[in-house]
Amino acid sequence: MSYNINEKGYYGEFGGAYIPEMLYPNIEELSQNYIKISEDPSFKEEFNQLLKDYVGRPSPLYFAKRLSEKYNTKIYLKREDLNHTGAHKVNNTIGQILLAKRLGKTRIIAETGAGQHGVATATVCALMGIECVVYMGEIDIARQAPNVARMKMLGAKVVPALSGSRTLKDATNEAMRDWINNPVNTHYIVGSVVGPHPYPDMVARFQAIVSEEIKTQLKEKEGTENPDYLIACVGGGSNAAGTYYHYLDNTDVNIIAVEAAGKGVDSGQSAATSVLGKEGIIHGSKTLLMQTNDGQITEPYSISAGLDYPGVGPMHANLYKTGRAEFIAITDDEAMTAGLELSQLEGIIPAIETSHALAVFEHKTFNPDDIIVVNLSGRGDKDLQNYIDYFKL
Amino acid sequence: MTNRINKKLQEDKKLLSIYFTAGYPNIDDTVTTIQNLEKNGVDMIEIGLPFSDPLADGPTIQASSTQALKNGMTSELLFEQLKDIRKTVSIPLIIMGYFNPMLQYGVDAFCKKCQEIGIDGLIIPDLPVDVYHSDYKSIFESYGLINIFLITPQTSDERIRFIDSVSDGFIYMVSSASTTGAKSGFGDEQEAYFTRIANMKLNNPQIVGFGISNSDTFTQATKYAKGAIIGSAFIKHVTNNGVDTIDQFVKTII
Ligand SMILES: Cc1ncc(COP(=O)(O)O)c(C=O)c1O
Repeated sequence: MSYNINEKGYYGEFGGAYIPEMLYPNIEELSQNYIKISEDPSFKEEFNQLLKDYVGRPSPLYFAKRLSEKYNTKIYLKREDLNHTGAHKVNNTIGQILLAKRLGKTRIIAETGAGQHGVATATVCALMGIECVVYMGEIDIARQAPNVARMKMLGAKVVPALSGSRTLKDATNEAMRDWINNPVNTHYIVGSVVGPHPYPDMVARFQAIVSEEIKTQLKEKEGTENPDYLIACVGGGSNAAGTYYHYLDNTDVNIIAVEAAGKGVDSGQSAATSVLGKEGIIHGSKTLLMQTNDGQITEPYSISAGLDYPGVGPMHANLYKTGRAEFIAITDDEAMTAGLELSQLEGIIPAIETSHALAVFEHKTFNPDDIIVVNLSGRGDKDLQNYIDYFKL
Repeated sequence: MTNRINKKLQEDKKLLSIYFTAGYPNIDDTVTTIQNLEKNGVDMIEIGLPFSDPLADGPTIQASSTQALKNGMTSELLFEQLKDIRKTVSIPLIIMGYFNPMLQYGVDAFCKKCQEIGIDGLIIPDLPVDVYHSDYKSIFESYGLINIFLITPQTSDERIRFIDSVSDGFIYMVSSASTTGAKSGFGDEQEAYFTRIANMKLNNPQIVGFGISNSDTFTQATKYAKGAIIGSAFIKHVTNNGVDTIDQFVKTII
């Protein structure tokens, strides 16, 4: 059994492309071309060159000595926060912008929650000289102001999503509606492993550079490619998918997926989809999502805008359903505390999304000789105001 | 028994179909709306089952859906409201909604309810033709329901032929690359698309939807097609005037 995608675009029973006919030509064009284009040697060369010279890859695999001492185990941090633009998101946007160019597209749209994906998209559009429109929930615009400013400075147009909960899910709806209205010249750069097939697989492939590097880096440092545990936070699931990718079918390696419990899984203010979700369809994908009994998608809550999504990608729904991954839900408070701890033990201020992954060490005890790799998916600059308000700094 | 949709399509006239959101403007307006539409000569009705995340809809239908959900509309309540509808109304009734609420209700149970009430067909924009075919066609057919498929100006001739080959009733021709209610008026592009489709001489008649708002656009759309569907413009009318003045709206079209 493989935990990767099958030829029909499903992970187990999850995935597929549940899209209106208006989007069929776009999705079909992508499905027919994404592997052909991204496997082409000239594409790979350009992709790898940009990852190296522009993004700054490979990102370091850093042994976190003081953190390891505190939890009496061996913790490595995969430093995606050191990428240009400050998070893993740029791996995907570099890949998709090169793909869009090869498809002859002249306009880019994107959705964003925390603004990291929006910034990463605006950045590659500036790099390529392509028009960029980013949809962002009105509430997220307010809580991620620095990233809104960055997108504008990079020349992107930021359009507030005013419908529904005015967060990531609604920004995604607006981007899809834009695509319906502009089907020919526009490419939609989806920011996570969500949406209709082939997006989950395409984004996972572009993020797979993370686990590819972990393999060689860990081999160098520990003499083995295999950690005992991989840990990543899951919003839509792209940094997690990249972390797991080359280990999906290697069951010697344990996988931990960390979701946002918000104010507590049972508080009614949570984004812990694996616990609270049921199978259904969101943004064109059959997956787990938070919904009412009547099938209306509900509004999630997390202090972290990047985890505030009522679904998870179909890969993760399958990892949950099959038991391949252990899912852990972390509250706002636990995450904030873990963020402050990393700052003071290692001198690294993480994004609040990432802080959720780091809080696992308070939840679960590891053996002293366990090798653990945590995806440090992003840096905390964008969240400073939240940290300041929370800790009254 | 012939499905009411197919019977209606036999009539020698251009058909006016109206879309409205169930439970909007007020939760109890559903039945009155249907009755008033039939009384005033509308040929077919699409009953919109509201959804929290209507991807293919523009601002007007988004807003009516949000309000209808706030009013308390659910699949269960809609079926309850419609349980005696066939005692007073005989025109074709189609439920238009997104797939997730149907999936949660249970596709079989949903279709069974539709048959009991006397619903004739479904339009589910986010249920793709191939998934319908492999997973759901036999269920729909066992309850005598027609599933209506969409085509758009971007749909290739080859795919249109395929959709035509698996369709029953009519083909829903989306007028332009847009969400509902987005464009005002038709230009050369639509004219070219309408003639392209007419010249394909499809087996199933076509009914045009999206962007039809008044008698001009209705006439243009039905020059080649069998009928046209008005949605957002009707919703705007009931938003401003309520459901007792539906006669005034219909008079401006036919
Ligand atoms: C730093 C960081 N980590 C994680 C996420 C969550 O997204 P994903 O689950 O796709 O990695 C985000 C999203 O904005 C982010 O900015």
